[in-house]
Amino acid sequence: MTRLLWISWFVLTIAGATTLFIALPGDSTASSLSTVFLPGQTTHGHHQIEMKCAACHLPDGGVTDQSCIDCHGGELKLSRDTHPASKFHDPTKAPLLLKIDAQNCLSCHVEHEEELTHPMGVTVPEDYCYHCHEDVAKDRPSHAGLAFNSCANAGCHNYHDNRALYENFLRKHAGEANVLDEPRNPLRRVQQWLASAPASSRSPLTAEQSNAPAEHTTAELTAAWADSAHAAAAVNCSGCHNADKNSSAGDSWVAVPDHQSCAGCHDGQVDSFLVGRHGMRLAAGLSPMTPELARLPMHGDAAHRQLDCSACHDPHQPDMALAAFDACISCHDDSHSRSYADSSHHTLWQQELSGQGAPGSGVSCATCHMPRDEDGHVQHNQNDNLRPAEKMARTVCMNCHGLQFTLDALADPQLKDNCYSGPATMKVRSLDMVKDWFESRKRR
Amino acid sequence: MKRLNTNMAMVALAAMVLSTFSGCSRSEAEAPAATSSGGISPQKFADAVHAVMMADRTVYAKQVVTRLKKQDAPVSPSEYWQDEDHTIPLPAQMFRMGAEIVNEDPTAGFTYSLTSQWPLNPQHQAKGVEVEGLKFLAENPGENFYSEEEIAGKKYFTALYADKAVAEACWTCHNEHANRGADYPEFKEGDVMGGVVVRLPID
Repeated sequence: MTRLLWISWFVLTIAGATTLFIALPGDSTASSLSTVFLPGQTTHGHHQIEMKCAACHLPDGGVTDQSCIDCHGGELKLSRDTHPASKFHDPTKAPLLLKIDAQNCLSCHVEHEEELTHPMGVTVPEDYCYHCHEDVAKDRPSHAGLAFNSCANAGCHNYHDNRALYENFLRKHAGEANVLDEPRNPLRRVQQWLASAPASSRSPLTAEQSNAPAEHTTAELTAAWADSAHAAAAVNCSGCHNADKNSSAGDSWVAVPDHQSCAGCHDGQVDSFLVGRHGMRLAAGLSPMTPELARLPMHGDAAHRQLDCSACHDPHQPDMALAAFDACISCHDDSHSRSYADSSHHTLWQQELSGQGAPGSGVSCATCHMPRDEDGHVQHNQNDNLRPAEKMARTVCMNCHGLQFTLDALADPQLKDNCYSGPATMKVRSLDMVKDWFESRKRR
Repeated sequence: MKRLNTNMAMVALAAMVLSTFSGCSRSEAEAPAATSSGGISPQKFADAVHAVMMADRTVYAKQVVTRLKKQDAPVSPSEYWQDEDHTIPLPAQMFRMGAEIVNEDPTAGFTYSLTSQWPLNPQHQAKGVEVEGLKFLAENPGENFYSEEEIAGKKYFTALYADKAVAEACWTCHNEHANRGADYPEFKEGDVMGGVVVRLPID
């Protein structure tokens, strides 16, 4: 009997250890069984990397706000964070920190707490502004009687990013037309770039100059390449397909180059791709994102497509129009994406493509979600200006629209659903408040 | 022997520190010198860093901001310099940005800030011993204010220095600012507009 017990104990121990070994999340893969060890559902921002515990957690399982800063710190600095931790280092701020520890990201953003999580991954009650700013009406009488939880959800204030919402900005852009006189988005600057590139990059290559070994290419592929921007910029086949760039073609041929190959020339684009939803799994050392892993509605037939650079950019036929709309819509299948085809933005995009509209007058998916900066560089983190919505005001909307029109639209949940087809049904009051405030100060 | 010397130096330093706190406030002339062991008192430290920060800001205000203005340069100081082309930060903003960098530096060992009886930003309202300090500075021209205080269970040495209007950009911007309260003074050159606070932990 004792012997049987020992054998049972031994077998159960081995079985348990094996199960744990298979189930516990490793560095790059995880079985579906692994999710049973998640203490709760992660937020929309982190679910893609939830099985890579070490992305946030220390080896002992703990977590510090350094993990947050590693990924979000740069963005916060660029957003001119209104409440940086450094603002609270002054000892006199200690009483405020007793109300809410504003020096620690985890005070307001706790993961695996689905039931407590509000938009923006906030896990404290929505009246958090009130605790420190309860007497705001003393300095801004217009704020008397406003709901204690209305500061950050009425299109007026954000905790971190107020670049499009602060008083002087509102004052400066008050009274603007709904559509500006010359609505234009920044354009590509390939010609300027080529003009400043080394002479070797300005001598287009022809199909005859392809250096791909015959066994690795076809006439069709070579012809496509010869017609592409890569050949125009003198990037030969070995430029992408050779692991060793100094080696002649064929020595170390890579059949399907990954994003790191692209980063050799397009480092800024790849860097931003890796911090967005499309590339964050690759950045964490996990397999590429696929639509089947997404929480947003996606087309079933796209379920297993892998998201790397070539998912949107065919390297042999780089087509920016395809990458700006068709590529997106081939996976995304939510109401916002589906409604785009009926929007005036889509009409403008079609007009620009057909030559009827001026360059920069069209609005594709990428215009808003992957905007170009003034230098023509494309932001490949499609989440960079997405949440909170007002982040989009300055980077995109105000290229064409006035601020009041912009803030009204961004604050309207119905418009978000129908891809901004039609007028906003609500009005953000902050511009009027600011106008009245400065008027009242003039009269004194 | 070496240990004994160290202990003696510590006692001497402690005595200096205690003597510093014996009066709540004292004039600059009474500030104790560095200790024989080479250490310096919190007051001496505060005076020293204050001298550096004021020198830097005065140079910025007079030799950069005022100079650009006098030359009708195409670059001008603006409160909203981050959003406006051809503008540079106001002297007070330059001062605050420096304070923020020091605040972020855990090795700095002290913090500094600006405060006033008439803050344009309500978040910069004088707190704790700063209120007493500003009153002292107003009533005792030419003197500094030194004290110790306890904030959230930690003890600090706190010094306040009169912050005077040194460049025209300072008082014109303040006098015209929309956030000025009903009791806001009409500042002119040389007026005490507030106080520079230097605070260091003494536990």
